[in-house]
Amino acid sequence: MTNAISANGLVKKFGSTTALDGLDLVVRTGEVHGFLGPNGAGKSTTIRVLLGLLRADGGSVSLLGGDPWEDATALHRQLAYVPGDVTLWPNLSGGEVIDLLGRLRGGLNKRRRADLLERFDLDPRKKGRSYSKGNRQKVALVAALASDVELLLLDEPTSGLDPLMEEVFREAIHEEQRRGDRTVLLSSHILSEVEALCDRLTIIRDGKAVETGTLADLRHLTRTSIEAELSRAPDGLADLPGVHNLRAENGRVRFDVDTAALDPALRHLTAAGVRSLVSQPPTLEELFLRHYDRAAAASGAEVAR
Amino acid sequence: MNGLTGTGKLIRLILRRDRVLMPLWVLFIGLVPISYVASINELFPTAAARQQYADASAHNAGFVALYGRLFGSSLAELVAWRAGFIPIVIGLLSILTVIRHTRTEEEAGRRELLGATVVGRHAPLGAALIATFGANLVLGGLLAVGMIGQGLPTAGSLTFGLEFTAIGWMFAAIGAVAAQLTSGAGSARGTAITALGATYVFRIVGDISGMSNGPLAWMTWLSPIGWVQRMRPYRDDVIWPVALAAGLTIVLVVAAVALSGRRDVGAGLLPPRLGPASASPRLRTPLALSWRLHRGLLAGWVAGFAALGVVLGYLAADIGDLVHDAPEMEDVFARLGGASGLIDSYLAGLMGFFGLIAGAYAIQATLKMRDEETSGRAEPVLGTAVGRLRWVASHFVFSLLGPAATLAAAGLAMGLTHGLNTGNVGREVPRVLAGALVQLPAVWVLAGTAILIFGLLPRFAAASWGALVICLVFGLVGSALGLDQWVLDISPFTHLPHLPGGEVAATPVLWLLVVAVGLAGVGLAALRRRDIPTA
Repeated sequence: MTNAISANGLVKKFGSTTALDGLDLVVRTGEVHGFLGPNGAGKSTTIRVLLGLLRADGGSVSLLGGDPWEDATALHRQLAYVPGDVTLWPNLSGGEVIDLLGRLRGGLNKRRRADLLERFDLDPRKKGRSYSKGNRQKVALVAALASDVELLLLDEPTSGLDPLMEEVFREAIHEEQRRGDRTVLLSSHILSEVEALCDRLTIIRDGKAVETGTLADLRHLTRTSIEAELSRAPDGLADLPGVHNLRAENGRVRFDVDTAALDPALRHLTAAGVRSLVSQPPTLEELFLRHYDRAAAASGAEVAR
Repeated sequence: MNGLTGTGKLIRLILRRDRVLMPLWVLFIGLVPISYVASINELFPTAAARQQYADASAHNAGFVALYGRLFGSSLAELVAWRAGFIPIVIGLLSILTVIRHTRTEEEAGRRELLGATVVGRHAPLGAALIATFGANLVLGGLLAVGMIGQGLPTAGSLTFGLEFTAIGWMFAAIGAVAAQLTSGAGSARGTAITALGATYVFRIVGDISGMSNGPLAWMTWLSPIGWVQRMRPYRDDVIWPVALAAGLTIVLVVAAVALSGRRDVGAGLLPPRLGPASASPRLRTPLALSWRLHRGLLAGWVAGFAALGVVLGYLAADIGDLVHDAPEMEDVFARLGGASGLIDSYLAGLMGFFGLIAGAYAIQATLKMRDEETSGRAEPVLGTAVGRLRWVASHFVFSLLGPAATLAAAGLAMGLTHGLNTGNVGREVPRVLAGALVQLPAVWVLAGTAILIFGLLPRFAAASWGALVICLVFGLVGSALGLDQWVLDISPFTHLPHLPGGEVAATPVLWLLVVAVGLAGVGLAALRRRDIPTA
């Protein structure tokens, strides 16, 4: 089996709002897959469909080779889930919740549990009601990471963590990556996190996947910004396909160029005699903004998570 | 800036947030007794008919437990007596309103948001109390005006309104104190409702003992509900219990303010304790988890039922003495089967009452699932290898067996004390216990209704309480209201055999079981098909 998750044209409606509008998502076995999108894009809804908590109104989905709605219980033995908004039972201690969830899934690695508790600096003796948001999240994370499961579904797992703890989380995910026996679906709206952790990613907007691929793939879709000082005016640069937003004044040029058109553009520049050159590599940030700047105007109602 | 700065604005916030809920309960509770006037007048148009009804009711233990004692037979007195359960509801609503606007806000962190603005330390508590006091004042005023409008005596109507206002004020203040004690709104509600339950139990015991001039009649005085019912509108119209009520309210408000002045925002009086670092080996199934979540509630209900059973069983023998104490009632008692028949009908009447209250527990336990679902705590459990039905079963077992345990506790306790009194434990315990347990099929129908609504229309799960209200209205007092039999038959409790003493009939019991299973089955099937929403 090569795909841990494969969803095709998923549709989910809540009354008149459409939360998922034909979403496609493929997560390969063993990879860390980033699931990127702003609040209300449908990330949590997708994950809850994958868990069989919500029933899709259309499309097909397969999770670890099964149907998440029909085979929920059997599939849940092989996965662990960290909700975006963790609520705990007020009268159970964090340690009790970790053990309980682990046992309900069918097993917990004691050594990893102790190790993770120490690294996340979490006191397992506190009662649910006295944890802060970040600490509640750590409880769910420790329970998930210490479980012996194939698939981790993590819904914005770092949204309440401080930068130090975010680092601990990244290390833990990197370890999973190195061991290579687990698949991770990591939903996030933090680009640097996805850039740092993920092998492949899917960008979702208004319930649809708008981009999917490896970071390198997606960078092909982005543009590099070039700023150069030239000896003479460049000829025909503006007519070159893939060059955008060209501005030239006093021997300086600025433009954005598609990755595919980088080579011919640079030849044009060297032909004009380069005195200085600054190039900005494409970032996910830019890619993200390109999609969401356009979407911002259109997105009115926030979709339920 | 003093401690109450901003109270006015916070009151407006409360009125804005409760703009539907508060007028609804104030109007409903203020106006319900008014409808009694016409119905009682229609049913018992003559003084003789009213007298007959009053004689029978005043000696019906179930009625006395529910409404309190009845002394006269005038139209107005019957109306006021029939409204005798409403103080409990007013107390409950006042508690819930005050805690909703104090501790719930703190727990949710919204109090913190407000506290950072120009708002005095005591303003949130003050605003919640003033709003609730005001609501109860309006309620009492509505009731008095409505009663006068129906042509009932003015002085009595004013006393009646004052009685309801006073009860609301006392329990609002009790809610305010409870809100200071614990950091969770749930346990604050639990504390205050336990206090309400205790005052109700004292009132019941005192009144039932008072029916037969028994030795425990003084217990009524332990209960604030007993105090204000002593005002006896339309009969004595005494006002002095209001002074007691006002005194208690003031003492409690001062205590709540003092307590809130001593603690941090968000904290309770007791420091949070640490729990175990890892779970005990037994905490490994959904059932073990729901045992942790339900056990406190279950223990409280069992203890309450057992305590009430001990006292009411102890009083049973006294009821038999009524035959000799009240010769003018000879006819009525003869129809009931003399002393032993009187005791049996007393016990059977109380069982009907216990059954209804156990129904409340069944619904409460079932709705715990809805709470787990909306709070997002069901989601991580359902995200593990726990199927939906297994999760539901782990909670539903408490809706079914919880009431069984409480009814068994009440039946055993009553049977034991009554049996010890009469020197025949071996005979009384099984009879009384059977009378208690025969209520279960009807209780399970209520639990089935709750799971049906939870499965089909989760947003309206709280409407399950409506089923209990229907049983209360139709079942227990419907025949007095002169409703048609088919209406009375809606309540599952109508179909139960009256034990001990009545005829044992298996057919209706089996039918009720079938109905309960059917309701629960449809609910479970719906639950398997629906989404698990978050709040």
